[in-house]
Amino acid sequence: MKKENIIGKVRRVNGPVVMGEVITSCNMLDTAQVGEEHLIGEIVKIEDAIITIQVYEDTTLIRPDDPIYGIGMPLSVELGPGLLGNIFDGIQRPLEDIQKIHQFFIKRGTQLPALDRKKKWSFAPLVKKGENVKPGTVLGTVQETKIITHRIILPSPLQGKIKDIKKGEFTVEETIARVETETGTEEISMLQKWPIRKPRPVRDRVPATAPLITGQRVIDTLFPVAKGGCCAVPGGFGTGKTLVQQQLAKWSNADIIVYIGCGERGNEMTDVLLSFPELKDPASDLPLMNRTILIANTSNMPVAAREASIYTGITIAEYYRDMGYDVAVMADSTSRWAEALRELSGRMEEMPAEEGFPPYLATRLAEFYERAGKMNTLSGQNGSVTIIGAVSPPGGDFSEPVTQHTKRFIRTFWALDRHLANERHYPAISWIDSYSEYLDTIGKWWDENIDPQWSLFRSQIMELLQKEVRLQQVIKLVGADALPDSQKFIVESCRMFKNAFLQQNAFDQIDMYSTVKRQLFMLKIIVRFYQHGAELLKRGFTLLQIKELDVYKKILRMKFNYSNDELDKYETLLQQVERMLS
Amino acid sequence: MQDGREYIGIKEIVGPLIILEKTHNIGYNEFVEVEDKNGQILSGVVLDTSKEAVVVQVFEGTMGLDIKRTKARFKNKPLMIPVTKEMTGRIFSGTGKPLDRAPYPVSREYRNVNGDPVNPTARTYPRKFIQTGVSSIDGMNTLIRGQKLPIFSGSGLVHNKLAAQITRQAQIVGERSDFAIVFVAMGVKNDVAHYFIKNFEDSGVLQNVTMFLSLASDPSIERLITPRCALTFAEFLAFNLGYHVLVIMTDMSNYCEALREISTIRGEIPGRKGYPGYLYSDLASLYERSGMLKDSKGSITQLPILTMPNDDISHPVPDLTGYITEGQIVLERDLHNRGIYPPVAGLPSLSRLMKDSIGKDLTREDHPHLASQLFASYARVKDVRALASVIGEEELTPLDHQYLKFGESFEREFLSQDEYENRSIEQTLDMGWKVLAHLPQEELNRLTEEEILKYFAG
Ligand SMILES: Nc1ncnc2c1ncn2[C@@H]1O[C@H](COP(=O)(O)OP(=O)(O)OP(=O)(O)O)[C@@H](O)[C@H]1O
Ligand SMILES: [Mg+2]
Repeated sequence: MKKENIIGKVRRVNGPVVMGEVITSCNMLDTAQVGEEHLIGEIVKIEDAIITIQVYEDTTLIRPDDPIYGIGMPLSVELGPGLLGNIFDGIQRPLEDIQKIHQFFIKRGTQLPALDRKKKWSFAPLVKKGENVKPGTVLGTVQETKIITHRIILPSPLQGKIKDIKKGEFTVEETIARVETETGTEEISMLQKWPIRKPRPVRDRVPATAPLITGQRVIDTLFPVAKGGCCAVPGGFGTGKTLVQQQLAKWSNADIIVYIGCGERGNEMTDVLLSFPELKDPASDLPLMNRTILIANTSNMPVAAREASIYTGITIAEYYRDMGYDVAVMADSTSRWAEALRELSGRMEEMPAEEGFPPYLATRLAEFYERAGKMNTLSGQNGSVTIIGAVSPPGGDFSEPVTQHTKRFIRTFWALDRHLANERHYPAISWIDSYSEYLDTIGKWWDENIDPQWSLFRSQIMELLQKEVRLQQVIKLVGADALPDSQKFIVESCRMFKNAFLQQNAFDQIDMYSTVKRQLFMLKIIVRFYQHGAELLKRGFTLLQIKELDVYKKILRMKFNYSNDELDKYETLLQQVERMLS
Repeated sequence: MQDGREYIGIKEIVGPLIILEKTHNIGYNEFVEVEDKNGQILSGVVLDTSKEAVVVQVFEGTMGLDIKRTKARFKNKPLMIPVTKEMTGRIFSGTGKPLDRAPYPVSREYRNVNGDPVNPTARTYPRKFIQTGVSSIDGMNTLIRGQKLPIFSGSGLVHNKLAAQITRQAQIVGERSDFAIVFVAMGVKNDVAHYFIKNFEDSGVLQNVTMFLSLASDPSIERLITPRCALTFAEFLAFNLGYHVLVIMTDMSNYCEALREISTIRGEIPGRKGYPGYLYSDLASLYERSGMLKDSKGSITQLPILTMPNDDISHPVPDLTGYITEGQIVLERDLHNRGIYPPVAGLPSLSRLMKDSIGKDLTREDHPHLASQLFASYARVKDVRALASVIGEEELTPLDHQYLKFGESFEREFLSQDEYENRSIEQTLDMGWKVLAHLPQEELNRLTEEEILKYFAG
């Protein structure tokens, strides 16, 4: 860290926005510290000799003439081993360490490094003395957790020749290698810094073709998101945004999860903190905390730091992407971030656009979602960042600015429906308003990797659901009895699909996670049941007779009765369905 | 340093704000004692400070202040209140001054009323089921110790009656523990406060109740500080003394109005319905002051009450509240008009913390599925009723008729109960099964076969 010096003095304080008179020159977006407690902030505006600072801590008792310190670098995060399993606030202060000092509450002015300075990590070099290295070269590895190998990558813009490199136990600050560059010898440690508002460089964007498997049937089967894709989950309060995000954080097949609690409840972060060390990752069978990083800037924490929190999170995500990992970022909720932007903008007396949001809301959203993607990284490996952003529209009305602008930048949309949530149909993802624009590529992945008929079955069920929407409109006018049996059967089959397939209780031990194979069986069973049932009706059977079939009941309860490991039972049930006609 | 500097005469008075110029350097959010010409002391805090001017918000309002003779003393500290165990059982004003003629509390400890944010790593997840004896709550929207669960009501509905019943009956089954109640009144009428006081008296808990009253007749800006004083004291009781504290805050809509007033006077850009854009964060700074902490015995459970203007749940006050709290108990005018007490709306009500805190070994094994089934079946009732209003009841299918029967029974037997009827969780769950018996067994697809075998009476 560069030495701090006084760059100005306070002139005005209005909540988290502090204006100061400049004493020595400073740069836009540099970190500044305000008052004797060195409250951390960022210079967001320079006009003549007045700087505006957004302060990430409570500004109580900050007064005119208080000093403003500059440290001559933009707001950055620390990157290196020790991020995994940790929980940080919006500007990457380690909350567990803060607790050790202040117990229950977060006091302002606490300055602690994000990464433990004493802990030793075992570093194993991958390059040798004399080797040419450039940005992206993997210098060596550290086993960060049982499942994640941390690759130490030469940070840009360094390049040159390895002068020497060590093997053994080091703290993050100790030198592990020296690189001879054109301008001299550079000492390299495992600790790097990166400005949070600047995307980390990559070689190329590559097409996202594989789905992020989430174990949630309505997602994987109906509205999948690609690894490296962008997705929004909008919904009114209590419709299930957080639960969806937590389910994905638990069960999705990303290598690394960055979970950002942005202006939401403290208890939700606690829930993750307490449950993840207990829960096992289905792939590795090791506690989920091994692959998880939490950023918690809860609703009662300073609002300016909430604005920063999503950048802190995405930068950490990019860092692991650069090691070649598939990272999924959950941002709950992007609306709270947008509101922070609005509050700060208001305090800076900027001209508002729609609903008081600043005119640059859309640009900022675009910049954020742009940081997702599957990339060919500088090290030559592919890695990806998937963003899943919750949106909390006021009054549950999707026509508001944050939902509308977000829609322009995402490609999968999981619309949460109040009516479904009220019925306790969870996840309350509407099969009418949701969509996925990744279907073409992901359909290919399923057809090639799981079953060539996947796309076919999926489109058959979607067609049925569409038909049912129209039939429900008729029912609302004339009642179900007015429909012929064949149409009633469509309604019944859709009801079966909703109950037995779409609904998935996050707290049911057998049902909370569904493997792709199980999903496919369930889908096939229901679609085939419908097709054979429709045929039986044509042959003169009644609806009642079909509903009394043994398979009917079995299908309704299969999700509770047959687990992921009992695919044979699904196979048997499918065969039984196939025999319906005989 | 500049402690207690006093100015005689101010520059301007704008509604509840006073503005001073040419002061020394004054801190943001600094506490100010304002003295009027008759020597009466008011309290305020600094909202905006600069070399040019200082804006002070006066909680008791500015009525009677004049430009020349008003004194302002800047205290070089934020607004603090004393906290001591002796405050329990007493009555304070909205700014924490005694209203019960007893002396001002003395304590060595003073706390900033704004509190500090709780560190999420210091929290522990609330899991203990509180039995309120009210079926609609215990069965379907279970209250958990440390939860923040508001009552969304409408004008003229029975929120006070329900809140009083919950306070009377709430207990953790099989546990006796130190409990305390903090009652916060914001802009409610005197008779509401008295209704609660009478209730506390009748149930013999009055000595455990501490009140912070900012009534309808008090200046509206005072309400902004009232819940903060109360929660500061509640935190002390819970996290320093280990009490289980139930905080009742009524009426949050009045609080939000006061916030809107100040925001309008300051000329801030209004958000929806004129409320400031930071209403969410402001409400969160209150509601988040609840929960349980790892290294403390106590807890804070919040039961805020708010009246929804025009019964509109999408109005900013209930909407933003719902986005922060851990569920909501919604009261429904239609049920109320049909004489059903408590008129807890079947579908929009929700308790988010019940998921981990009910079921086997906690309440009863069938509880999670039973609750889910009741919600699902009742949702179907609503659909059938809507359909019946279009096509007439005669045209409904036999199954639809069964749903109507179930709906009626659910509302009349399960939801309805006397204001003094205290049902055990077993009674509540059995009642749930009883009303489900109006439906054919095949319809109960949220329940397992074993559960149906064991409990279903149909
Ligand atoms: N898949 C699910 N399985 C079971 N219950 C669910 C599921 N999804 C949601 N729920 C229920 O819905 C409640 C609300 O969900 P959640 O907290 O995710 O809502 P939210 O949309 O994040 O609300 P807010 O915007 O207020 O944060 C949960 O507490 C849980 O009871
Ligand atoms: Mg949520």
